[in-house]
Amino acid sequence: MGVNYASNEAAAVALCDEIIAAGGKAIAVGFDVADEDAVAAGVKRVTDELGGLHILVNNAGISIDGLLMRAKQEDLRRTLAVNLEGAVYCCKAAARYLLKAKDAGRIINVSSVVGETGNGGQSMYAASKAGLLGLTKSLAQELAGRRVTVNAVSPGFIETDMTDAALQGDAREQLLAKIPLRRIGAATEVAEAVAWLASPAAAYVTGHVLRVNGGLAM
Amino acid sequence: MSDASPDPILDKIKGIIAEQLDVPETDVSPEKSFTDDLQADSLAIVELVLALEEEFGIKIPDDKVDSIKTVGDAVQYIKRNNDG
Repeated sequence: MGVNYASNEAAAVALCDEIIAAGGKAIAVGFDVADEDAVAAGVKRVTDELGGLHILVNNAGISIDGLLMRAKQEDLRRTLAVNLEGAVYCCKAAARYLLKAKDAGRIINVSSVVGETGNGGQSMYAASKAGLLGLTKSLAQELAGRRVTVNAVSPGFIETDMTDAALQGDAREQLLAKIPLRRIGAATEVAEAVAWLASPAAAYVTGHVLRVNGGLAM
Repeated sequence: MSDASPDPILDKIKGIIAEQLDVPETDVSPEKSFTDDLQADSLAIVELVLALEEEFGIKIPDDKVDSIKTVGDAVQYIKRNNDG
């Protein structure tokens, strides 16, 4: 597995160590997904060092929140550059290798419930995540000829440092009231959805948006 | 020209085309059309272009790709643009 990182090399290396300890092969590769040349070089390095590429998971993302009327152009550009352009560049760089993998070729884009329903205060983030769904469905059609599948996972609210900080006290209770399953999701539950889409079991699923949101949006 | 005449560039190109399009190398002759004779779809053409670009260290612009219809066209283009 090739693990990309933007700034936190230690976390990427720690993940690689875990994968290696479990008997896998892994390398940490640092590059900015918004830099097309860096992406192409990084994807090539992963492919060369690991001997091929079968699965691409686009999960790099940032969120710069606030009302759109106050949004700065640089914030919009950075959000789209990382969340959407980054995925486009990674797909573009990986596609040629995935085509060689044929049936085993998989792309999984990590979108968001916000990309499907919108969310006041997250216009830029929502636009980038909705963009990923258009990318997913279009590329699914382009690569279907080689049986390479392209799908999206659309998580709802997931337990992370970011949601923890944003959801204190009443805010958490109000949110839980909107989620039919009455809890916030675990990161492992998103990972399980990604793993399934990457598996041979999902070979006949393409252009799909798999929601992992506790019923928050249906 | 006899088949025995050594032409390393032609041989290399034929090898790449055969591999990328998954056809026997004996089917790859100059007059063959990629789409009509060798059954290459649009994805296969892109894969072939990428492989040729990588092998010969050249860039084949999109408008040139459109004018390369046959194996012979590809060989001619690469020979003309491959100084090394």
